[in-house]
Amino acid sequence: MKKSMGIFLAAFIFSVNILAGVQARAYGAELVNVSYDPTRELYEQFNVSFRKYWKAKTGEDVTITQSHGGSGKQARSVIEGNAADVVTLALGYDITAIEKAGLIQPGWQRKFPDNSSPYTSTIVFLVRKGNPKGLKDWGDLAKPGVGIITPNPKTSGGARWNYLAAWAWADGAYRHDEKAVRDFVGKLLRNVLVLDTGARGSTNTFVRNGQGDVLLAWENEAYLVLANQPGDFEIVTPGLSILAEPPVAIVDEVVDKRGSRALATEYLRYLYSDEGQRLAGKNYYRPSNPNIAKEFAKVFDLKVKLITIDDPLFGGWEKAQQAHFSDGGIFDQIYARK
Amino acid sequence: MHNKNNLWLPRLLIALSFAFVLLMLAAPLSVVLAEAFSSGWELYLKAVTDHYALRAAQLTVIATLSSVLLNVAFGLTAAWAVTRFSFRGKGLLTTLIDIPFAVSPVIAGLVFILLFGRLSPLHSFLDAYNLRIVFAVPGIVLVTIFVTLPFVAREIIPVLEARGTDEEQAAALMGAGFFRIFRRITFPHIRWALLYSLILCAARAMGEFGAVSVVSGHLRGKTNTLPLHVEILYSEYQFTAAFAVSSVLAAAAIAILVARNIVELAARKEKKSNVR
Repeated sequence: MKKSMGIFLAAFIFSVNILAGVQARAYGAELVNVSYDPTRELYEQFNVSFRKYWKAKTGEDVTITQSHGGSGKQARSVIEGNAADVVTLALGYDITAIEKAGLIQPGWQRKFPDNSSPYTSTIVFLVRKGNPKGLKDWGDLAKPGVGIITPNPKTSGGARWNYLAAWAWADGAYRHDEKAVRDFVGKLLRNVLVLDTGARGSTNTFVRNGQGDVLLAWENEAYLVLANQPGDFEIVTPGLSILAEPPVAIVDEVVDKRGSRALATEYLRYLYSDEGQRLAGKNYYRPSNPNIAKEFAKVFDLKVKLITIDDPLFGGWEKAQQAHFSDGGIFDQIYARK
Repeated sequence: MHNKNNLWLPRLLIALSFAFVLLMLAAPLSVVLAEAFSSGWELYLKAVTDHYALRAAQLTVIATLSSVLLNVAFGLTAAWAVTRFSFRGKGLLTTLIDIPFAVSPVIAGLVFILLFGRLSPLHSFLDAYNLRIVFAVPGIVLVTIFVTLPFVAREIIPVLEARGTDEEQAAALMGAGFFRIFRRITFPHIRWALLYSLILCAARAMGEFGAVSVVSGHLRGKTNTLPLHVEILYSEYQFTAAFAVSSVLAAAAIAILVARNIVELAARKEKKSNVR
C-alpha cells in the first residue's frame, strides 16, 4: 500500500515539475539574460530600471531571470540548451562560439552600436594601501622582488587581457623589438606568485589570503574590491592598457521560438540609453557613450591609452589566441624558460 | 609493562579520534557559524530570507522529496526482486544499482545534458512538446534521483537477505496475497532499515552539488538549489550571506544526524524486546 502511494506521489511531483517547466513561459513577458561573473550588481540594478521602463512603455510586467558564471562556461550552457533570450558575455570569442553552434545569426556584432559593447573595461593594477613597492606602470612589474597575482592565461579569459596588455606596453617601450618584448613579458611572468585558474580566484588570493604586491585585475573588479574593503587597497592605472569590450547579443533561435524578439531588442537597446549607461558607470564599467563617460571622469582615468584586440599588433582574437595561447605558443615558450 | 601498555594505548587512540573529529568537523562547523553571524543577526536573517535564498530552499526541498519518494519505490522494488527471485542478469542488476556510487556526479550531470540537451537527438522531440528537462527543474530532480539511487536498495538488500524467505513462503502457502505478505511480514522487518536509508538519501540529495551544478544553468530563482546558492554568494564576495545560507544547510544536516540516531536507537530497542 505504502509503496504504491510512494510511486503515485513521486509520479505526481514529477509531472508537476515538468508542467512547471512548460508553464513557466505561458504567461507574462519573461526574459532570460545569461551573463558572466562580475556583472551581477550591474544587471540587478539595470533590470529594476528596465522593468519600470517597459511597464511605462507597454503596460506589461516583465520578469527577468539572471544567470552568472564563467563566460566560456555560460556560452557552453547556452549551446547545450540553456534558453537565454540575450547573452551578455565577457568576450566576443564566446558569443562567436554560440554563433558557430547555430543559435545566433552571423553579423550580431554590428546589430548594436560600438561593436555591440554598451560598456567597456580595461586592466588595472590593484596594490596594497600606500603602494609600498611604488608600482606605477608595467615596467615596474618586471623588477626583482615584486610579487604579482594574475590568473592563468591558459584557462582564464581575463588573464589573456592581462598578458596582452603587458605585451602591448612592452611593444611600445621596446619599439617593436620582439625579442626584448618576450624577455620583458618573461621576466614579468617569473614574478607571478600564484597562477589561479580564474579571475575571482586570483582576487581572493590577493584580497583574502594577502598574497603578492599587485593584482592584475579588471577595472570593475578592482573597484568592487575598493568598495567592499575601503582603505586597504589602491588602484593604479598604467600608462597603456587594453580595451576590453564585453559584447551583448540576442539569441535568435530562442527569441524566435518564444516570440520575445521585440522585448529582447528593447532590453539590449536600453543598455545604450542614458540611464543604462549611467548604471554601467556606477558599477565601474566604462560607458561607451563618451558624454556619459565624462560624468565619471573622477572615477576612471579616461586619459589612459587603450589598445584594442583588433590592433595590428594582435590582429583580432582568433589570431592572438593562436599566436600566444595555443599549445607551444609564445606564452608556453616564454613561461617554460624558467 | 603489559599493564601500562593497556592503559595508555586506548587513551591515545581515543584522544586521537577526538582530536581528528574536532579538527575536521567541529572546527570548520564553528567557522561557518562564526562567519554567518559575524555581521549580526539582522544580516543573517536578511541573507536567509532573501527571495533567491527562499526559492533555492524551495527547489532543494522539491528535489529532496522527489528523490526520497522515488527511491522508496525503486529501492523496495529492486531489493525485493534481487532477494526474492532468482533470474538471469541478477548480478548485473545489483552491479548496475551501484553505478551512481562509482560515477562522479559531474559525469552524471554531463550525461543528462548529452541526453536531453540541445545537441541531443532527443531534443527535437522534446522541443516539439515544449518539454524542458536540463537547465530546468526536471533536470535537477532527475540528477538528484540519479545520485541517490543506490541508497535504499543497498540498505535493504542485506536485511532481506539475512532474513531469508521462510516466513513469506509460509504465508504464501497459507494463501496470503502479495500486498498482505508485504504489509504483514516483509515491511515490519525492513521498516527501520528503510527509514534509515531514506534519511541518508535525504542528506545526500540536499547537499548534492556537482551533478546539479552541471544541469542547472544557474538561473536565479529558478534552477538554483541551496548548495549552488552558497557557491554563487561566495564567489560574489558576499561571504557573510554565503556562510549564513551554509549554516542553514549545516543545521539541516545536524537535524538529519539526530533523526538517524533516534531511528537507530528505536530499532535497537525493538530488536531487544523481540528477542525477549
